[in-house]
Amino acid sequence: GLLNSCPAGVASCPASSCPCRSPLSPRLTLLESVLLGPRPTTSRMEFSELIRTGQAQAELLRGPEAPPLRGTLCVTGHHLLLSPGPQATPDLWLLLLRSVDSIEKRVAGDCGTITLRCKDLRVLQLDIEGVEATLNIARSIEALSSLESVITSFPFFYRPKGLRLGDAWHFHPPERYYKRVARETNAWRLSEANEDFSLCPSYPRAVIVPRAVNDDALALTARFRQGGRFPVLSYHHAPAEPAGWVRLPELSPCPQVLLRSSQPLIGPQKRRCAEDEALLRAVLAGSRPGARGFIVDTRSAQTAKQARMTGGGTEAKAAYPGWKRLHRPLERGRPLQESFVHLVEACGDLEQSMDHWLSRLAGCRWLAHVKEALSTACLAAQGMEREGACILVHGAEGTDSTLVVTSLAQLILDPSSRTMAGFQELVEREWIQAGHPFQLRCAHSAFSHARPKHEAPTFLLFLDCVWQLGRQFPLSLEFGEGMLLALFDHAYASPFGTFLCNSEQERCLCEVRTRTHSLWSGLNQLKEQRKLRNPLYVPNPLALWPSVEPQSLRLWQGLFLRWTRPPEPSEAAWEKVWQIVTDQEKTEGSQPTVSASELQL
Amino acid sequence: MEHIRTTKVEQVKLLDRFSSSNKALTGTLYLTATHLLFIDFHQKETWILHHHIASVEKLALTTSGCPLVIQCKNFRTVHFIVPRERDCHDIYNSLLQLSKQGFANDTNEILDRPMCLQITHFHQRTGKIVSSTKYEDLYAFSYNPKQNDSERLRGWQLIDLAEEYQRMGVPNSNWQLSDANRDYKICETYPKELYVPRIASKPIIVGSSKFRSKGRFPVLSYYHQSKEAAICRCSQPLSGFSARCLEDEHLLQAISKANPANHYMYVVDTRPRHRMQSWWATQKDIGRIIVRISSRIWNDEKIRESDEKKRLNAMANRAAGKGYENEDNYSNIRFQFVGIENIHVMRSSLQRLLEVSGTRGLSVGDLYSGLQSSGWLRHVQAVLGAAVVLAKAVTTESASVLVHCSDGWDRTSQVCSLGSLLLDPYYRTVRGFMVLIEKDWISFGHKFSERCGHLDGDPKEVSPVFTQFLECVWHLTEQFPQAFEFNEAFLLQIHEHIHSCQFGNFIGNCQKEREELKLKEKTYSLWPFLLEDRVKYLNPLYQPQAQEFAVLEPNTVSFNFKFWRNMYHQFDRTLHPRQSVFNIIANMNEQNKQLENDIKDLESEQTLLPGNDALRTIDSSNPADNRYSEYAEEFSKPDPAVVSLEYGVARMTC
Repeated sequence: GLLNSCPAGVASCPASSCPCRSPLSPRLTLLESVLLGPRPTTSRMEFSELIRTGQAQAELLRGPEAPPLRGTLCVTGHHLLLSPGPQATPDLWLLLLRSVDSIEKRVAGDCGTITLRCKDLRVLQLDIEGVEATLNIARSIEALSSLESVITSFPFFYRPKGLRLGDAWHFHPPERYYKRVARETNAWRLSEANEDFSLCPSYPRAVIVPRAVNDDALALTARFRQGGRFPVLSYHHAPAEPAGWVRLPELSPCPQVLLRSSQPLIGPQKRRCAEDEALLRAVLAGSRPGARGFIVDTRSAQTAKQARMTGGGTEAKAAYPGWKRLHRPLERGRPLQESFVHLVEACGDLEQSMDHWLSRLAGCRWLAHVKEALSTACLAAQGMEREGACILVHGAEGTDSTLVVTSLAQLILDPSSRTMAGFQELVEREWIQAGHPFQLRCAHSAFSHARPKHEAPTFLLFLDCVWQLGRQFPLSLEFGEGMLLALFDHAYASPFGTFLCNSEQERCLCEVRTRTHSLWSGLNQLKEQRKLRNPLYVPNPLALWPSVEPQSLRLWQGLFLRWTRPPEPSEAAWEKVWQIVTDQEKTEGSQPTVSASELQL
Repeated sequence: MEHIRTTKVEQVKLLDRFSSSNKALTGTLYLTATHLLFIDFHQKETWILHHHIASVEKLALTTSGCPLVIQCKNFRTVHFIVPRERDCHDIYNSLLQLSKQGFANDTNEILDRPMCLQITHFHQRTGKIVSSTKYEDLYAFSYNPKQNDSERLRGWQLIDLAEEYQRMGVPNSNWQLSDANRDYKICETYPKELYVPRIASKPIIVGSSKFRSKGRFPVLSYYHQSKEAAICRCSQPLSGFSARCLEDEHLLQAISKANPANHYMYVVDTRPRHRMQSWWATQKDIGRIIVRISSRIWNDEKIRESDEKKRLNAMANRAAGKGYENEDNYSNIRFQFVGIENIHVMRSSLQRLLEVSGTRGLSVGDLYSGLQSSGWLRHVQAVLGAAVVLAKAVTTESASVLVHCSDGWDRTSQVCSLGSLLLDPYYRTVRGFMVLIEKDWISFGHKFSERCGHLDGDPKEVSPVFTQFLECVWHLTEQFPQAFEFNEAFLLQIHEHIHSCQFGNFIGNCQKEREELKLKEKTYSLWPFLLEDRVKYLNPLYQPQAQEFAVLEPNTVSFNFKFWRNMYHQFDRTLHPRQSVFNIIANMNEQNKQLENDIKDLESEQTLLPGNDALRTIDSSNPADNRYSEYAEEFSKPDPAVVSLEYGVARMTC
């Protein structure tokens, strides 16, 4: 309980005098104790206390298509295991307890049934011999799947073969991105003002800011923005030269920038902050002469105005000359979570009539949220690409819909973010390092009966938008649907440490980098590539302008109906595609001219 | 040509219906005897066949000119702005005449048109006699692809239905070819060659045909060799016939007995139950077999066998006032109802769907509630569901099935052909699909000319029954991406030509009419032209030998049905996706094969790649029109499209 409420307090604390900003606040030690929980040495004991019945005979039903599995069921500290009898296949069936979203038990006669609804939207049924065993196993799963201590979670124990601890953790730091920006412009600098997370607890140690703004000014700006999230560079867009990929920094025609922040703490008194205004002025000055700026506020004008009553607000026109505000309300928080829950509910009903299905699909509004998110991202991207403007995106906290917009805008504009490595870097930089509170948002998925607190499928909304982009431009993304599904699964429950905690600060405290494996090193193993990559990828240096008409959007069946429809035909089809592409590469070797000229731009 | 007053108008603007901006293509509009052609300043050509035009509308004059909106049967909608009103008026009038659509708008004009080849109408709006329309005016009769007569004949002989029945395994010891309909005497809308149970004598057939609407008595549509089960088709039994029809009962028994593998058979009525019930209420004639037996299914399914007998006997006796024959005579027939709505419901359903999906700036909620209220996907689901019933009866019970609706040429054609498609992998090949269409649609008298409105007939006879069939097939290809030899482009191309009237295949309403029109001498068959372009229509993922695709068992759960964007928005270039995954894979696959076969001969293989048939003239107009090569060019050039976000930008710049 403590862990859930504590970082949320940080995020939703608009008052600039919040005590948590001072580096050695008592809050930090409290945070530390909660995050770290009991020492690992005691944790094993704790697990064994929670396990009431170690073993039972059970039958597992995995949906209509897969055959049932019989064997000995076993609960361990992090997993549910089913080992089939000696006569059956030797494969061990394994479920990470962390991925259980809700559990339902029923007993009849001398056996019981447990229904597990998982965070990846799978529904499993366990038929267990013995009433006592059933109840005990259900209680054990319930207790173990809702453990809140980060440090005792499975990633801290997961030591797979073939991976080295510490690999890929330094794969995507902001420093790396800054090097790229510095090649294109010298208007920006890497600031380490947040070294001790004192300016902003949800930002990483290093951020990219206008060169003209010094660290002291940053500290003052941070006090004027909710949660200390002062405007930082999210993406520097240097339009591709017509000739191709060569970029000459000094000739770069008109570089545009995308920034993100949280809302300014205007408050009812209409406060202003000279440093904040100077920062945004410096942004325009660093761009081409006469450049204009647009502030994309992801709330409606009315909501933004109302936020003043609670200490927030939005930039006043007069205080920020050259900047124009645009309001594009995006759904977030509870309503978004409810939309997700309703959609998943609808997808689980196999008997419903067509009319009922279509009205539920319309009623849950999920695709409307996808459309809004995509079109706001297009708006931001278009502002940069076509208007040559600087864009600042923020909502209230700047950790949710803001990130959807900035990361999608980059995917639309930046060809390098559409590669396998580039996309990983984008997720790392714009979601994980940017302080999207994964632990709070992904604590529960669509099935949980628990009262939702801070859960919201913001990251899933982003992934769905990327999927739509990939469907509309099937050749332009290097990664395939498999990658997006993997990210969804791992964000909600993972043996890797990448999506743990809510911010870089928390991850540092938990020593996530040194004590867990990075998801990226797991995904970048050779054996995973066929599942994750798009066999048809051809680099495309142009911007991808998706159509946001509802006729062009489609329900992401691969995710929402992943477990209800048999996957075989499409999987076999993709296998065939891979085969053709591999053949193509072979024949290409012997006769390169044809296919190259056909497929290149 | 006498209808064309203006042949060329310059400075015409072409608007995109989904883009709100002023970004219009400027170009020149040409009017020819067969096509409307627009060439924009990029020299890109847009060809619109007059036969494809469903409606022309002249909107109120604007400052930039006179808007002309043309809606096509292949779901293309073009919006021109003609600078001068006079030109616009001329083109409008010419198109009205050339597309023969002047009357189609007058829905209050209901025609009772017998089988005649020429009709004259009174045009209500203008109040004068407008030129009469006849089959001979259709494009197919003037279309000349520069083939000689023997090539033309070979083209028509490409699909031979006798050969097809042989492939199925008939005639055999249980089924024979009947010559009863040799001169179309028994049934005008059936073909001459009909297969019936061997034990059904000619008097039985004649008797049965008199009992069935339009004489469409039960005949074989598909024979499943290994199960020895048959799919048969007919029309509804005639109402107002006071007595039972022994011959019809005999024929049904004969069909049942022709299947040694099972002692019972199914009769599938494809009409919705509520209609049947109201129909049943009006029937005095309880003696008729269908109603009598079916009542036990739909009145009370849970009723026990013995109660049922009593009940039925009582009902029959009361109503008919006479004794009821031994019930055992019918115990081998099981009745099944699958509710598919009639052609009128389908027509307005698609109309509603197109209205919704054609709206600019639609919200997601509007689209889905529109999809729901149109009912289109529900209808598609019902049609496919009926086919699944058929396939299950044949495969799991080895039972024969008799399918009928009212007249047996719309829903019956859909269900029989889809059922065969599920059962027999042959129909999932390019050639097999042509055979299937020839057999279940063309030969059995689906009224293509009336349903597609080739001539200006009764607008109430127009209905997208065949389009709906193609959509069902598309849904199957989506569910089984490896089970079909052909791709989506093939389906779209066939759809293109049921309306184009460029080839003779779909002209006329039945075989008799086609013979009278001498189509095989005066027009060309579509199929050889499609086969020539076979490469374009191949599915690269096709697995012909895969056992799991022997019989398709599609999942008809609601969420497997999707809006077919590529059919209803195939010409709306701003609605993505425009890159086709299948086409690019097909190209790769084709290249692989070519390179393996003949690495040396590079030139010859270049011709197989798309994008080379840019040149075309009307005379030798490429039947497989080059729409798809345009489409294919897109892969290599994922050119950023106009985003439908101008609104946002407009706000930003103001």
